Parts: sequence; C-alpha cells; structure tokens
Amino acid sequence: MSTTVQETHRPTGAEKRTARSGVAAGAFSPRQLLSSLPDALRKLDPRHQVHNPVMFVVWIGSVLVTVLAVARPGVFAILVAAWLWFTVLFANLAEAVAEGRGKAQAESLRRTRKETVARCLRPVSGDANYSSQRHSRVIPSAELRVGDLVVVEAGEVIPGDGEIVEGIATVDESAITGESAPVIRESGGDFSAVTGGTTVLSDRIVVEITSKPGESFVDRMIALVEGAQRQKTPNEVALTILLATLTIIFVLTVAALQPMAAYSGDPQDVIVLVALLVCLIPTTIGALLSAIGIAGMDRLVQRNVLATSGRAVEAAGDVSTLLLDKTGTITFGNRKATDLIAVQGVTVLELATAARLSSLADGTPEGRSIIELSVAEHHLPAQPDDVERSAEFVPFTAQTRMSGIDVGADQVRKGAASAVAAWVRQHGGTVPPEVEGITREISEDGATPLVCAEVSGGQARVLGVIRLSDVVKPGMIERFGELRAMGIRTVMITGDNPLTARAIAAQAGVDDFLAEATPEDKIALIRREQEGGQLVAMTGDGTNDAPALAQADVGMTMNSGTAAAKEAGNMVDLDSNPTKLIDVVEIGKQLLITRGALTTFSIANDLAKYFAILPAMFAGIYPQLGKLNVMRLATPESAILSAVVFNALIIVALIPLALRGVRYRPSSAVSLLRRNLLIYGVGGIVTPFVGIYLIDLLVRLIPGI
Amino acid sequence: MSDTAAGLLQVGLLLALLAVVYVQFGDYMFRVYTDKRHLRAEQVIYRLVRVDPDADQRWTTYAAGVLGLSAVSIVLLYLLQRLQSLLPLSLGRGNVEPGIAFNTAVSFVTNTNWQSYVPETVMGHFVQMAGLTVQNFLSAAVGMAVAVALIRGFVRSRTDRLGNFWVDLTRGVVRILLPISVLGAIVLITGGVAMSLRAGVAVTGLDGNSSTVALAPAASQEVIKELGTNGGGIFNANSAHPFENPASWTNLLEIFLLLVIPVSLTRTFGRMVGNVKQGYALVTVMGLLWAVMLSTAWWAETHPNGPVTLTAGAALEGKEGRFGIPASTLFAISTTGTSTGAVNSMHDSFTGLGGGIAMLHILLGEVSPGGTGTGLYSLLVFAVIAVFLAGLMVGRTPEYLGKKLGRREVTAASISILTMPTLVLLGAGAALVPPSTMNALNNSGAHGLSEVLYAYASTSNNNGSAFSGITVTNGWFQSTLGIAMALGRFVPILAVLCLAGSLARQKTVPVTAGTLPTTGGLFVAMVAGTVLLVAALTFVPAMALGPFAEALV
Repeated sequence: MSTTVQETHRPTGAEKRTARSGVAAGAFSPRQLLSSLPDALRKLDPRHQVHNPVMFVVWIGSVLVTVLAVARPGVFAILVAAWLWFTVLFANLAEAVAEGRGKAQAESLRRTRKETVARCLRPVSGDANYSSQRHSRVIPSAELRVGDLVVVEAGEVIPGDGEIVEGIATVDESAITGESAPVIRESGGDFSAVTGGTTVLSDRIVVEITSKPGESFVDRMIALVEGAQRQKTPNEVALTILLATLTIIFVLTVAALQPMAAYSGDPQDVIVLVALLVCLIPTTIGALLSAIGIAGMDRLVQRNVLATSGRAVEAAGDVSTLLLDKTGTITFGNRKATDLIAVQGVTVLELATAARLSSLADGTPEGRSIIELSVAEHHLPAQPDDVERSAEFVPFTAQTRMSGIDVGADQVRKGAASAVAAWVRQHGGTVPPEVEGITREISEDGATPLVCAEVSGGQARVLGVIRLSDVVKPGMIERFGELRAMGIRTVMITGDNPLTARAIAAQAGVDDFLAEATPEDKIALIRREQEGGQLVAMTGDGTNDAPALAQADVGMTMNSGTAAAKEAGNMVDLDSNPTKLIDVVEIGKQLLITRGALTTFSIANDLAKYFAILPAMFAGIYPQLGKLNVMRLATPESAILSAVVFNALIIVALIPLALRGVRYRPSSAVSLLRRNLLIYGVGGIVTPFVGIYLIDLLVRLIPGI
Repeated sequence: MSDTAAGLLQVGLLLALLAVVYVQFGDYMFRVYTDKRHLRAEQVIYRLVRVDPDADQRWTTYAAGVLGLSAVSIVLLYLLQRLQSLLPLSLGRGNVEPGIAFNTAVSFVTNTNWQSYVPETVMGHFVQMAGLTVQNFLSAAVGMAVAVALIRGFVRSRTDRLGNFWVDLTRGVVRILLPISVLGAIVLITGGVAMSLRAGVAVTGLDGNSSTVALAPAASQEVIKELGTNGGGIFNANSAHPFENPASWTNLLEIFLLLVIPVSLTRTFGRMVGNVKQGYALVTVMGLLWAVMLSTAWWAETHPNGPVTLTAGAALEGKEGRFGIPASTLFAISTTGTSTGAVNSMHDSFTGLGGGIAMLHILLGEVSPGGTGTGLYSLLVFAVIAVFLAGLMVGRTPEYLGKKLGRREVTAASISILTMPTLVLLGAGAALVPPSTMNALNNSGAHGLSEVLYAYASTSNNNGSAFSGITVTNGWFQSTLGIAMALGRFVPILAVLCLAGSLARQKTVPVTAGTLPTTGGLFVAMVAGTVLLVAALTFVPAMALGPFAEALV
C-alpha cells in the first residue's frame, strides 16, 4: 500500500523542484549585502580571520597601515587604510551573505523543531506488546533518549527521528520536504522511518527514537545549511595550501624589495609596500573561497538534497560510474501499453475496441495506459457510456491471471498468454498458432505481452496481443549522452532477466546493466568498479541497500527510505527522486569549477597590478620604468590607491558569481578547460587593466592624491 | 655567410642532432632504469658498498640514501681540498682555504658548480680528478635517480616502494654517464681540447715576456661537465677557454651534450608511464620556453642600447670572437636553462635585456630543459600545480597521470616550488644590507643589483654560472651562497621524493572523457604559462630594479 503512495509522490517531487528553485535559489540582491553587514563586521575578529591565511595577511596589513595613518595622517594613508579594511570587510561580507541564505532556510526548518512533548513508553521487560502499555509519561521532546518508545496519534507531531515499531499511519512531511501530499509510514519494511517535526495525520504509531536530541535529522540539516558544522573539504584544504604558498612568495617578494629599493636609493613607504602586497596575494579567491563552498551546499539544499558533508559534494564531481535503478529512474515506474498487434482476420480497431472495453473498469496503471493508447491512436471515447457503465467488471486475480468485463453474454478478457489461451479453448475457440510467435517476440524485446480475447455471440476467439513496455523516460538518452561526454559511465540496475534488461538498456542508452540484481551483486559491482579506480555513485532506499550505499563513494538515500539506508548513504534526497543524482554530480562539478576559475582569475589579475604599482614606486629613481605605466595613471598615489580599490571592489563584484557558481554545461574536459581559461584566465588579465584605469579617472580627482 | 644565417644553421643542427638521438637514447635510458638484471661491474660495486640491489625502498629510505651520499660527499670533498698539500699531483698548490673549500664542496655535490676560486691557481689535478670530477658524475646521477623515483610514483600504485636509490645511482653512472663521457672525451681531444697532467707550458709572448699557460686534464672533465649539467670549468674562463672549447663544432657539441639527457629523459618518462605523448608534451614545454628565451636574448644582443655597443653594432665585449653573438647566446641560454653554469661568454657583459633574460631563464626554476633529472622532476612539479588549477576548471578534483592531487601532493609540490624564490629573494635582499657588499660589487646602480640577484639565482637553482662583476670570496657570500646551494638542492629533492611516495600509495584512476588530458597544446600552454607566471610574479619587482631598469633606458 505504501508503495502506491510513494509512486505518485515521486514525480510531484521532481516537478516541485523546478517550480520551487526559482524562489528558493533567489537571485542575489544588493539588499542581502546590507543585511549581512553586521555579521561581516563581527567577522573582523582576528580569531575568525586566522582561519584564512590570505585574508589574515590583509588583516595584519590593515592594522599596520591604520597605525601608520594615525601616526602620520595624510589623505593617501587614510584612504589606503580605509580600503584595506574594506577588502577584509568585503571578504567577510561574501561569507556572511552565503551563510545568510542558508540561515533563512534554517529558520524555516527551526520552526518545525518547536518544542514538542512526547508520550513516552518505558519498555517493560518481557512484554513485547507495546499497545498494552496504557500508561505513557508525557515528557518534553528534548529529554528523549535513543531507544525510547513514544506513541504518536493523529494530529500530533512526531517528537524525534525514529523507526515505527508498531502501526501504520499517514504522515505529513511537508515541513521537511515542502511536499504537501501525505506519505504512508508503517512498521517493518522499507518505509518505517519517520522524521521529527513531521505530523501524523491518521492512525496511531509507536516509534522507537533513534537519534539524540540536538542530533536529529532536522538538527543536522540546520547545522549544514547554516554552515555551522562546515569543515573544509579535502580539495578546499589543498587549494588553501596553494594559496598560502602564493601568499608566502609574495610576502617574500615584497620583503626583499625594500632592501633592493634602499640599495637603489629609494626606500619605500611601508604603506606602499603593504598596498603592493595586498594587491598581489590572491585576495579574490581567498575572500570568496568559503562562500563558494557554502553556496555549493546551499544549491544542493535548494534541490532538496542534504549532504552529510561537503566532502560528499566534492566526491560527486569526481564520480565516474553512476549506478541507477531502472524502475522510477530510467523508466516510468509502470509498464505502459505501446502497441496493439491483431491476429489474422481481426482489424486493429476491433482489437483496440476490445482492449479498451476490458480495461474500462481496470484502475491499474497498465489498464489506464491501454485506454490512453486506444484513445490516442484509435479515437475511441475515453469515458464509458451508459451501457458500458452497467457492465460487470471481472477483476484480476492471481488464480485467473486475467481481468476483463462482461456485457450481457459477451465477455472480453485480457491477461497472460497461457491463461487467456486456456480460457478461449474452454469456451470452444481455438488459438491461432501465430499468437505464440508474437508473444515470444514481445518478450524478447523486454516488453510484456497481454493477450486479448473475447466471447461474442457464443464464439470464442483470440483478437490479438497488447504490448506492455517499460517506457524509458523522455530525455534519458540525451542525459546519458551528456554524462558520457563528461566521462561518466552509467550502469542500470534491475531485477529483470538479462534479456529484458538488455533491451531496456539499449533503449535508454546506458553503458552497461546489471540484471537480476541482488544486494550482494550491487556491492560486488561497486567493489569491482572501485578496484579499477572508479568513483561510484548510487541511489537506494531499502535497508538491503545500506551496505551498497555505504560502499559507494556517493550514496544518495531517498527520504522515503529506511533509517539504516539514510545512515549508510552520505546524501538524502527529500523528494525521493533518484534522477536527481545526476543534478548532484553537476553541482559537485560546478563547485570545483568555480573554485578553479576564481583562483585563475585572481592570479591573472596580478599582471595589471604590477603595471600599475611598479612604475608608481620606482619611476622616481628609474624614470625609464615610467614606460610600464601603460594605463597612464595620473600620479603614483592615484595608481596605488586605484589598484587597492579595484582589488577590494572585485570581491564584491564576484560575490554573485561565487554564490551562483560558474555556469556548467556538460561537455568534454578539453572544451570546458578552453572555455574557462579564456573567460577567467584571459579575462583575468584584461579586466584589471580596464578597472584600474576607470577607477583612476575618479581617484585622481581627490585632492591630495 | 652572415652571422645570423650561421647562427640559425647552428640552432637547426643542434635541434636535428637532439631529434635524432631523442627516441633511441630516451628508450635506452628507459631500459637502464627498468632493467631487472645487474651488470657484473655493478654487482661488484653493490658488494663493495654492501647494498642489496634488489631491495625496494620507501621514499624515506630513498631520500636517506640521497642525503647520506651527499653528506659524505661534501665532507670528503672538503677534506680533499683542505689536505691538498699532502696529495699527489697537487702541482705545489697549497691547502684550499676553509671558505672556498666549504663553498666548493657544497657546490659540486649539489650539481651547482659555482666556482668562487680560480682553478688554475687553487685546485691541483688530484682534487680535480678524484674530487670534483667524481662529484660531477655522482651529482648528475643523483638528479636522474630522483627523477626516476618520481616517475615510479606516478606509475606504481598502492605501494610505498619507489625502487632502489643505489641501483639507480650506479646505473646512471655506469650505463649512461661513463660511456658517453669516455667517447665524448676522445672526440673532443681530436678537436684540440687539452688533456694533460702537466701544470702548464711556458711561452714567450710577442712582447718578449714569458708566462705560463696552464694545462689540465680538460677533455675528460669537459664532457661530464656538460653531460651532467655541472658546469664547473677546469679553467677559470670555462668554455670560453680555447683548451676547453677550441672551435665552433666543439662548441656545438658541448651545447648538445648539456641538452641531451634532460631532453631525452622526457622520452624515458613517456615510456615509463606508458604513453610517449606525455613525454612529448613535456619536451614541448621545455623547447617552447627555451626558444622564447633564446630569441629574446638573441634579439637583445644584436640590438644593444648602450652608446658604446651601439657603435660596435652588437654587444661583443665579453664574447669570444670565434663564437660570435649567435653561438654565445645559444650557449648562454642553453647553460642557464639546464642548470649547467658552464659559460662560453661573460653574462655580465650581455646587454641589460640579454643578461636579464639569462637570469630570468635561471629563475624559471631550471626546467627548460633543466638539469639532468632535476629538469624533469622540477617540470613535473610545475605540471602538478598547473594540473591542480586547470583540473578544478574541468569540474573534477585534479588528477595527473591517474593520480589524484590532494593535500599531500599539493603541499609537497608547493614546498618544492617555494624553496627557490625564498632563497633567492631572502639571499639577495639580505646581501644588499651589509656595507661589505658595496665593496664586493664592481658596478653600482641597477647593474650592481643584477650581479647580486644573479649570484643568488644561480646558486639557489644549482646553476653555477656567474654574472661575475662581483667578488664572492668574503665570508658572507661564501656561506650564504653555500647554504643557498644546499637548500636549493635538497629541500626540493625531499619534497619531490615525498610527492613520489604519496603518489605511489594511491591507486590509479582510469582516464575518462572527463579527465583533463595532459597531452596536446592546451596542456603545454598551461604548464609553460604556469612556469612563466610563477617566475614573473615572483621576480618582476626585483628585476625591475636590475635588468629591466637597464634594458628600458
């Protein structure tokens, strides 16, 4: 029963994502900058700055220049000091804005976590029947411990994460998923997990609490979206090391410059040296690095996917093998009628009419699809007329393996080939030999044949065969093609026999398939891929998926899945839409690309800054170095100040890009690299020349510069 | 034939020679380092020094071997110089003073061959042959061994073993360096390179004054001096001296010798990683950088901007007439790009830009094509950094040759890259502070700064060529330059071996369409760009006050 509800639940989840992402993703607005300002100011604390080596150097420089500006006040000194502080502030702002967007989501989650009370049953030893314990104690949900049993009845809020140990109930999970259709949760099986903060709509369940207060699913979600628990991911650490290395090189470059300048007869003002240093070290990426990471997680949350760590998101970008369940991911969950094949002597219209008639009262998805086909291709009425309405429906049973309808003496049946053949012979008819050939052919294609027969005027005959196909979702072939271009191999997992699996795999365009798959087969497949160095991603929901989810590098669990499965995976999809794994891979890639692109941009910027600052520093002693002032900046002071201002403003200008991520279009590595090198490498060289020149046009107007 | 045409012909001939031997020699070295058997001569050596040639070493053991050998070598070389008066064939030359002995010992063991002494008057034949020449072989073989260990790091998976240092070292000497040196020496003797144990020959000049022209066993040293990218001349004038480099063709042969191992090792690399295109990509990077530097310097030398040289039409002061501008520039660029340090002209006398290019070529980090082995491993480190940045831009955590570049790998590569700029900038910056430096400089102003900067660039990169014009015999220079040579050599080697160790531990990630290709034009441009960018960003301010200030006049 629960599965039926789930099936209808899935597609709506997917629709919701597209409908909601526009709102949740929220275009970046300048107002966010303003509202994040208090947070940004708080982050000026050196204890916060020290975690970011690049910005900490800027922070120290700002303090130093401020001291010097106080000691020897001057327009130039004060302006440089102010803009250095702005540089630090803008970096904080980027982080605060990214966190702020998460905070808004966390706030709505937190409202669901409002203090509830729990009716707690302390288990009595020797008595397994919990319902018999009438005496429950009411305690605040914050006092619940792992292993406690609580009773939840219709209208009550589930006090904590847990497993249903008794009962069945419809649950409103909209607080977590944003999905208004209720889902069914029952003890035993794969749909026994419930989440704290969701509401029971009907019936009564006994839940065993599986998480400590403050560590529940919602708590973890809040911590994740707020960035509170954010740890640097491995790649982020590696990049930070590289940025620190660059910073050290530039500190040395500037430090060594002073004795050289002194030797050359023109020792430099410390303010100028600090300005040069700040302009050279990779402040752009240093300022935006943590915002990029937070925003990456945020984009995932916007698609209703929760990752337990940033590491998992990064790993998603590296995935090279994708294991996808056939049903619900590659194909629609249900088989659909796709063809009608009439036997000799029967027209297709006759067959369609009979097939439609047999399915009028058949509420199964297969039955509905037969009606749809006869309506679409043979223009038969979709609704039954009065005569048909009064007919008697013969439901499908496991014994008869047929369903159909009786209109007076006339009978129509459809069902498994052998059952229908027996029925025809029983009514005195014969089965034409071609039927066997048609059904075999359909089976070999990976589809299911339904034979349709009738008794009309006492004459029993076979009319033809209905082909029920597993219909591959539209766009899947293109999607897998894109994945292949990205270097990702897709493997379809199915319980079907190899023959059927092969046919569907070919239709969907996957690279490989695993037929008649058992959980052990899945793990073996994952291990084999990993042995070969592949990174494997998969989705799953059942408890028997848990080992495979844990083994996979990226394991996305459906929110409808069991607690064991959720624990084993490293991502949870609240919409329970397995196709989303592909989105997750793209988000992972986008995250890495954004980091790489902004680093390249940041470093490429330095060239222009040298052209601005070096002539300003040394044209006094070596007038020939004035030739390097290609931007024709007005005065040495205006040149240096313009470079510093550009360096600070570019951070703000790139905040939207850092939050949104660099546009990612699936394509080969070479074309991606060429494109990004062109935009962020060459663009990074050119932009500051233009920017510094324009800023200088304004700065030169300041008196005293 | 015009000077330019002759020069182009020489460049063409040089490239043709390199192209001819590239595949054969690269494959030969591949077989040397992957051979399972040991030659009889090698087995004798292993028994003598008591090593098990079949033991596979961890990176730490391998590194301990490198450091141990180098430490013992430095001590022995120092003692040989300090006790010279007791040694045979010393030609009456006394014990070398401690400052020079320390500096020289470090210099030759680190493959730098910076010379703060005049060989003709300081070093006797015994120290030259048993001390300096031995180190010329060993230091070159050490560089190749470390490069091979790094390649094994890429090739091997899920192991902590990188091969056997003693085997790699011995094979490098016995199978590669010795045979070519013997053969090359005979060829050079036919060209007129001196080979004598006499102290010198008395000659009477046209003015009637008699003097002694120093002699030495030059030919036997000359080949390994170039082949091992060492560069320490047995005569003070180095390859500008007619007894070391008498003719145009010996000049070309010497340039060929100093390029042949670093260039061909890329083929060895390609063979070892199982894709020769990987090697072609690296050799293209090397060639590209070398060509850019050569053409810029050549242009600078033929377009001088000083008043005197303008009258002469070219910067000929400090260059040998028998080589002229093209062959001098070709030598200068090849020697600065290979960490050799041999010279056939005085770099100090180059134009502002020309000298600056020579210096910049060293400051690129000796990768075009770099020293024996050191060139390959230094370029691989740059490739690791380039791939790390570019790899991110294709949306994967970066990988090179199937190995992920994570925290450990980036840290090791960063340390390796960080070492040289630190030494150059701190060294040159600090050297400009004490007043004694002003007395050591022949020139003031921008050129003086160039001289100091060049000295630290040359030593920190284990190049060894000198801008001269600076007297480096005071205690400050002897010790700081010595330290720069030692750290400039061993810190990167440790980092590279650590990198190799952590690469070898990983499993190999298979190549997919989403993998950043590390062959082809885009990769070449990226690595070359990274090398140029790192050098430019680091050294532009310092160079602005030295060579650029001179060049822009």
